[in-house]
Amino acid sequence: MHEESVEPKTRSRCAGSALSWTVSDGVIELALHRPPCNELGSASLEDLERFVTALAAIEAEAHALIIYSQMKSGFCAGADLRELYQRSQAMDKAEAAKGVRDFLERIHRVLNLIDATPLTTIAAVHGVTFGGGFELALACDLIIADKMARFCFPELRLGLIPGFGGIPRLKRDLGNAVVRDLLLTGRSFNASKAQQIGLVSQVVGEGEVLRAARATAAQLKKFDRATSAAAKKFIKPIPHEELRREIDLFCELFARPAVDAGLRKFVESTDAQPYLP
Amino acid sequence: MKTADQTLDEILNLAAAHFKVPREKLSPDDDFFKTLGIDSLQTLDLLTKLEHHFRVELPDYELQGVSDFRTLAGKIQARL
Repeated sequence: MHEESVEPKTRSRCAGSALSWTVSDGVIELALHRPPCNELGSASLEDLERFVTALAAIEAEAHALIIYSQMKSGFCAGADLRELYQRSQAMDKAEAAKGVRDFLERIHRVLNLIDATPLTTIAAVHGVTFGGGFELALACDLIIADKMARFCFPELRLGLIPGFGGIPRLKRDLGNAVVRDLLLTGRSFNASKAQQIGLVSQVVGEGEVLRAARATAAQLKKFDRATSAAAKKFIKPIPHEELRREIDLFCELFARPAVDAGLRKFVESTDAQPYLP
Repeated sequence: MKTADQTLDEILNLAAAHFKVPREKLSPDDDFFKTLGIDSLQTLDLLTKLEHHFRVELPDYELQGVSDFRTLAGKIQARL
């Protein structure tokens, strides 16, 4: 389990196989705990859907949401590519394409709800924050990073683009030149660089990220909840049209043979560096 | 400006400390994946440690195919 220096008194708790959440002192904490590194597949999506359904009911009694990982290796390594590959191999092309579109529609719905919640949301990230994991963090209002966090969009080497809202949300937050660098080179970058380009609001020492997120959430509680929600809604519009186009483009690219080859290469790889683009 | 030998020595020290391997077991031409017994995610940890230590930005695509400490040191030295 990642470092937890301050353990708040928990009022309610709910656990799934891939994640669980607690509500305490007006702070909802969503903990990701699917080994090896919270890869987002069907089990994670179902848990996330349960969470956003519950969020609608519990957000009235809270002011902040913290999303963090209990896995040592990192926040989230992105989509579960092994599951994606195995499922697509078991279906014909049309079925696989429909399955991918359905998955994307569902995960976009979840991330849009997290993006739009009136709560102030904090992604407390450490280690690997790649692909879909990076996209989950980008749906949050603030990203607080352990100094060992690393961010990356490696999708292009699979012949794909990020599919969980990554490009529109990056464009919302950063300059286009930076977005092009991250997307087109597929390189990873560290927390200091992420703070330098304006993506991360705080960089903290190793093992300190959850403590820092909790301290930030405690500060947020001092403000009127409705004012915070209004400020958030004003400053953080959701790029619905671009998100919709991203799904279409992803599905178009997914139908190309290069993707099948890229996924197979990743899944069957014995390379010691499969996460290095 | 550090010399190439200093850079290499600091990488070996840092890798030994981070992965809790006796320093004397590490040699410049070792395959660090095998010697340290690390996977790709741990390699990214090492990359982050090196970037912090040397205060450089090292794009990971430059590390493709790099598996020994000496070549790694050369890549870092080129950015100092």
